[in-house]
Amino acid sequence: MAILLNRSTRVIVQGFTGKIGSFHAEDMKRYGTKLVGGVTPGKGGQTHLGLPVFNTVKGAVRETRAEASIVFVPPPFAADSIMEAADAGIKLCICITDGIPSQDMMQVKRYMRRYRFEDRMRLIGPNCAGMITPGQALMGIMPGNIYLPGRVGIVGRSGTLGYEAASQMKALGIGVSTSVGIGGDPINGSSFKDMLKLFEQDDETDAVVMIGEIGGPQEAEAAIWARDNMRKPLIAYIAGLSAPKGRRMGHAGAIISAFGESAQEKVEILKEAGVIIVPTPSSFGEVVADTLARMKKAA
Amino acid sequence: MDIHEYQAKELLARHGVHVPRGGLAYSPEQATYRAREIGGGKWVLKAQVHSGARGKAGGIKLCANDEEISSAAEAMLGRKLVTQQTGPRGKLISRLYLEEAVDIAQELYVGFVLDRKEERVMIVASAAGGMEIEDIVEKEPNSILRTSVDPGVGMQRFQAREIAFGLGLDHNLIGKATETIFSCYQVFRDYDASMLEINPLVVTRDGNLIALDAKMSFDENALFRRPEISELRDKSQEDPRETFASDRGLSYVGLDGNIGCIINGAGLAMATMDMIKIAGGEPANFLDIGGGASPERVAKSFRAVLGDKNVETILVNIFAGINRCDWVAEGVIKAIREVGVTVPLVVRLSGTKAEEGRRILADSGEAVIVADTLAEAAEKAVAAWRAAAKKKAA
Repeated sequence: MAILLNRSTRVIVQGFTGKIGSFHAEDMKRYGTKLVGGVTPGKGGQTHLGLPVFNTVKGAVRETRAEASIVFVPPPFAADSIMEAADAGIKLCICITDGIPSQDMMQVKRYMRRYRFEDRMRLIGPNCAGMITPGQALMGIMPGNIYLPGRVGIVGRSGTLGYEAASQMKALGIGVSTSVGIGGDPINGSSFKDMLKLFEQDDETDAVVMIGEIGGPQEAEAAIWARDNMRKPLIAYIAGLSAPKGRRMGHAGAIISAFGESAQEKVEILKEAGVIIVPTPSSFGEVVADTLARMKKAA
Repeated sequence: MDIHEYQAKELLARHGVHVPRGGLAYSPEQATYRAREIGGGKWVLKAQVHSGARGKAGGIKLCANDEEISSAAEAMLGRKLVTQQTGPRGKLISRLYLEEAVDIAQELYVGFVLDRKEERVMIVASAAGGMEIEDIVEKEPNSILRTSVDPGVGMQRFQAREIAFGLGLDHNLIGKATETIFSCYQVFRDYDASMLEINPLVVTRDGNLIALDAKMSFDENALFRRPEISELRDKSQEDPRETFASDRGLSYVGLDGNIGCIINGAGLAMATMDMIKIAGGEPANFLDIGGGASPERVAKSFRAVLGDKNVETILVNIFAGINRCDWVAEGVIKAIREVGVTVPLVVRLSGTKAEEGRRILADSGEAVIVADTLAEAAEKAVAAWRAAAKKKAA
């Protein structure tokens, strides 16, 4: 089923009746996502886009058996919404919201550990483009038509750079099993490593593309994990070759503040771990095609 | 967002951290007047700029009388202080802080940062204060103490106490050190700081513990609930290009190259800049136009990019998901006609309504160089910039 999301995943939208929530809810429905309702406190009982609105996530889960939730709630209230989803028994939560304070995210991560590992919600984001399993379901804000269904997984921090990679692959006829945006914040729900573990186990994924950037330890951690545990090829690009130290490049997390966080240093660490490097952002397609061709030959 | 040393000290002093007596001055006269107010016979005059390593750059002077204070103030005010951290452009000195000189027995380091790996606030301390933390890590790695705070319950006193003992302090200083570290944590948490550094925290000859310097940065995502911190912003310390852009809601970082960039998404923006570099050019800036960009917003981005006189070519790269290429194209035409774009302009549109966008550009009759792919866009931009530079030289 690719990873985490397929055509039968039951999805609700938090921040459902707002302008942004409505716009993307419609888009997701059109793509084929099994949208079963939404939450806006105070608007419970209404119908929006032909779906029921609930006051609480617990109410929505009880009535719709929702298992996944996508959050479009504004930054001051987003952390609260994520914790509400975790407490209501949601299994997968994707938070699109950009601009959540770091301290709020630290508390969210701490709060999620209240639950036993088996019952713990998986959080993707915040400040991300969401997730798509092409041909099946979309839980995010990406344009569905640039992804061809297929067998290569994509995980990246950035939304639009992920689009760039997917469209280069599509131009060469290469499809995607699932594409996940983990977001550009310093503290996020799921790391590169978390996603690599899922892709490694997925029967419908043959290889994985990881799109990293400057700042933070997650790309290096993922590379070390892949070296020791991954049998599928891992292909990676790190953005920010031209970024100076100590300057925040848009994403709150994209800032070089420690050794090993620059693009050059990360590429070195990745190379040493045996990761296949995409040398320029215009060669995603070629490198993936090459890798797949070599796999075919070896088989 | 960074604040000045004197602002950080005010904040810390309000929460019980001891700092030297001091006063702010905007002129040499005011500085000598402050010396009278503070009293004593030795003072330190410190340039207030958003940077560390001020001492080596001539931004900190020990003074023993009015003449010395006055001439040091004269020399600093209105000048740009260039430190290892400011870059070659330096930062304007418009405020000075005069402090009583302190008799130092020992220098310590205490820092609070957001640790991304642990996803917690991390406290770092060392008995080898006075030098940059990078140097401590290199030269005295065994002196470094670390402890992290559980976000569920916050820092506990025992953690501060452990650090105090770990620093090898005299027993009669343990109580003071525990309170100082604990107060720093409270300030960090209560104001949504992202970094707090006391370097050095000094033990004085008369047995006091004083924060001799203080550096603080704040989480910009939390400023909405910290209006008292937002007020401390000093725009004179920012790159004017960045101030212009941020006042218009654009995410912009000024760099030193000649190819101006207008892109949607931080990752794609960084990748496009990398591509320019690979093609042999240098980006003049990072600019993320964001989602749902209207023609007006595109025109504003052109104003921000063209505000940099070094820009000799502009590259627009949009991969539209929630954006619309037709709106971006309208914005490009609007900018050409209203802002006036005299440098070569390369535009690459992809994704939502890309066809419509390209048609708008083609039908406009304006001199826009169109590119289909990222690589082509970067190559055309660098080629156009080279041709323009050649023409200029000739």
